[in-house]
Amino acid sequence: MRVTASRPGQRRRPSTLARAGVGLAAAATLLVACSSGDGAASSSASDTPRRGGALKIGVAGDPGCLDPQQNGNASSINISRQVVDSLTDLDPQTGATAPWLATSWTVNPDATQFTFTLRDGVTFSDGSPLTAEVVKKNFDTVVTLGAATSLVTGYLAGYQGTTALDAHTVRVDFKQPNAGFLQATSVVQLGILSAGTVAKSAAERCQAGNLVGTGPFVLESYTANQSALLNRRAGYAWPSEVSRHRDEAYLDSVEFDIVSEASVRTGALQSGQLDAVTDVQPDDEASFGSGGFSLLARANPGVVNTLFPKPTSAFAADPVIRKAIQTGLDRSQLTAVLSGSYQPATSVLAKTTPGYKDEQPALKSDPAAAGKLLDDAGWAKGGDGIRAKDGRRLSLDVVFISSVVTNQSVLAVVQQQLKDLGIELKLRPLAVADYLKAAQDPTVNFTFGNFTRPDLDILRSAFSSAAATSPKLTDDALEQLYVRARSTADATARAAIGAEIQDRLIAGAYAIPVYELSQVAAHSGAVRGLRFESSSRLVFYDTWLDR
Amino acid sequence: MTGYALRRVGQAILVLWAAYTLTFFAVFLLPSDAAEIMAAGSDSTNSVDPATLAEFRARYGLDQPLHLQYLRALGGVFRGDLGTSIHTGRPVARMLGEAIGPTVTLAALGMLVGVLLGAALAVAITLVPRRGPRHLLATVPAVGISVPTFCVGLVLLQVVSFQWGLLPAFGSSGFESLVLPVLALSLPVAALIAQLLSKSIEAERSAEYADIALAKGLSRLRVHLAHVVRNALLPAFTMAGLLAGELFGGSIVVETVFSRAGLGRVALSAVQARDLPVILGVVTVGACVFIVVNLAVDLLYPLLDPRIAVAR
Repeated sequence: MRVTASRPGQRRRPSTLARAGVGLAAAATLLVACSSGDGAASSSASDTPRRGGALKIGVAGDPGCLDPQQNGNASSINISRQVVDSLTDLDPQTGATAPWLATSWTVNPDATQFTFTLRDGVTFSDGSPLTAEVVKKNFDTVVTLGAATSLVTGYLAGYQGTTALDAHTVRVDFKQPNAGFLQATSVVQLGILSAGTVAKSAAERCQAGNLVGTGPFVLESYTANQSALLNRRAGYAWPSEVSRHRDEAYLDSVEFDIVSEASVRTGALQSGQLDAVTDVQPDDEASFGSGGFSLLARANPGVVNTLFPKPTSAFAADPVIRKAIQTGLDRSQLTAVLSGSYQPATSVLAKTTPGYKDEQPALKSDPAAAGKLLDDAGWAKGGDGIRAKDGRRLSLDVVFISSVVTNQSVLAVVQQQLKDLGIELKLRPLAVADYLKAAQDPTVNFTFGNFTRPDLDILRSAFSSAAATSPKLTDDALEQLYVRARSTADATARAAIGAEIQDRLIAGAYAIPVYELSQVAAHSGAVRGLRFESSSRLVFYDTWLDR
Repeated sequence: MTGYALRRVGQAILVLWAAYTLTFFAVFLLPSDAAEIMAAGSDSTNSVDPATLAEFRARYGLDQPLHLQYLRALGGVFRGDLGTSIHTGRPVARMLGEAIGPTVTLAALGMLVGVLLGAALAVAITLVPRRGPRHLLATVPAVGISVPTFCVGLVLLQVVSFQWGLLPAFGSSGFESLVLPVLALSLPVAALIAQLLSKSIEAERSAEYADIALAKGLSRLRVHLAHVVRNALLPAFTMAGLLAGELFGGSIVVETVFSRAGLGRVALSAVQARDLPVILGVVTVGACVFIVVNLAVDLLYPLLDPRIAVAR
């Protein structure tokens, strides 16, 4: 299946004849591959993983700081996820928690005490053993590093302390219930780093040499704005239960090349200079539909891209206006501007989130009902088609991050749909720094964005006024539900509370979900077994090269 | 001569200080700061609890009054300490040290190729005897100037790297990875030099000395290359000095398009992350390069034109 045209190693005179020849050869290869009847036989032969080989993947951003506990950017996590293991793993299909560095665990009924039994014989790549004491140091330090690890300290909210009960048993205590903590032990941000790394300062921990974990790969080198090289860890034998094999990784090495231009990543993959790329842009997806390339997409779990109304703003604070927008939107139309890898929202949570509830009946589009809501409230259409009341035009603004390409195209459709309803929506695409500033402006009506975390607790951190740094639209019933969800360790009972929260958020239009953001990667036909983990980050442990 | 040199060094220090100070305060006019962006997770929209943020700012001294921060940073520069990057946790001096090599190589080669190409084009334009073809050729530099560098870069990548598979599309190891970036960077330089030089050659050619040389029986080509072009070089040479700054800016684009490590990439990510120590470091290095190149141009003038004496 592999098209061998234009490999970088070949030196060819760029004559038209030669290019035509290559094109013909490529077409012939494809034809043979497609028409040959022994497809099943050859695929079964090549389904046995092969060891060895170096995989090159193009990523969009420079990781900057490599410490997963400090840095949340996608490139950094994609690299550190291969080097650092976690106590538990989350099955991306079922959402169930699976053993990894911890072979078993118990949680007390009100979710304040978590006891983990650690696997025997696990070592860090610097040779030191994984012990209860190291796990304790990791959690203790995350809390004291504080500011630098602000994303992670949320996972440890109410942290009281960790006790090493014996060399392989560790107990984590919380002052208040924290049912989300079990899931949090599966994300790389709470991955277990070596004692040597944890003992270093925040700035030192960012450096390449200090990223020491127990993972299937070891960071060999990192050059800023250039590349990071991971080598297979010899003797690795403790993958999570979610993995498909039990011993060392198949690949000898993985090279992350930092290629910030999307079109260059696409071209480099197509011309065989890379084996895989991340952050495929919607426009480029079509070009990977054929020629032996495959797309790999998974929605970010957690809160989908949502219009977050600000209670301090002029219009978004008004429940009538919010509900009119909630029912007035026709989310199914968004597929026209989204490629197949992205889906319209069907709840506040993405389908990939454990505890997701399908809210399509509640989100059903009904522009007539929405118009009636506004009519009844006295919002009458003016000459320009935009409604007004007491001399105030119904004009709202939304701030969002411009670097996410799909935001702009989706919001343009939303803008058009609202205009038909008589509501003006002003789009304000901003760079990250400007967005952070604008999001604090109390007069802004909507912020727009998503929050990635494969756990129900993300609802509390995104929507509860108790957890928030800025005022949130909420009510007493919701706040009580957040407290109950947090103190219920039983997964089924917790999911039921989560479903009720999703119902209420949508019914009250405290959240206006729009579309699911996805991570989209592409790879050549030679790459096998590349997958996304539960937080939609790439995992290379089961990956092998068929060439 | 010493007086002149001293005056130039004094001017250089003043320019450096002004560039540093302006940059320092300009960064504070931008929305958000490094702490906020870093605490929010660099590329996400998370809002951060104000107490956490305050603690973060305190760690990097971002909570102090502006003038104290400024004096502390400036004091550091005098001690040779450019500080530590907030975003990456690395010493700024080391970050710049690693990045300056690739950028200087790229810019120097870009300048060399650009000047050679430009000069060749200018001479070619002025040597074409017939009016029609000459005018046509003379529009080439204008086209070259108006096509943006990133566009040239992407087209080069598309054709040479992706379709023909001749050269790598990214990376900064080896000579192969330099060819396309140097070409992309040198084209605007070549266009500018060609435009300027061809105009200046036209002007010199109508000067009396050219006619006299011809009347003395020298060949047209000899007069053109040995007398006219040499005299016409001066303005183009001055321009080349100014272009050093242009190349520095161009390298940001070229390094991004060709995914090369270098000062341009460092500058870009530093500005996005509002990483003040790194931004200041890049500006200081950039200003130094600019000053040194211009000083070199000034000192080389007398070699081209003996009428210019250094010590006035």
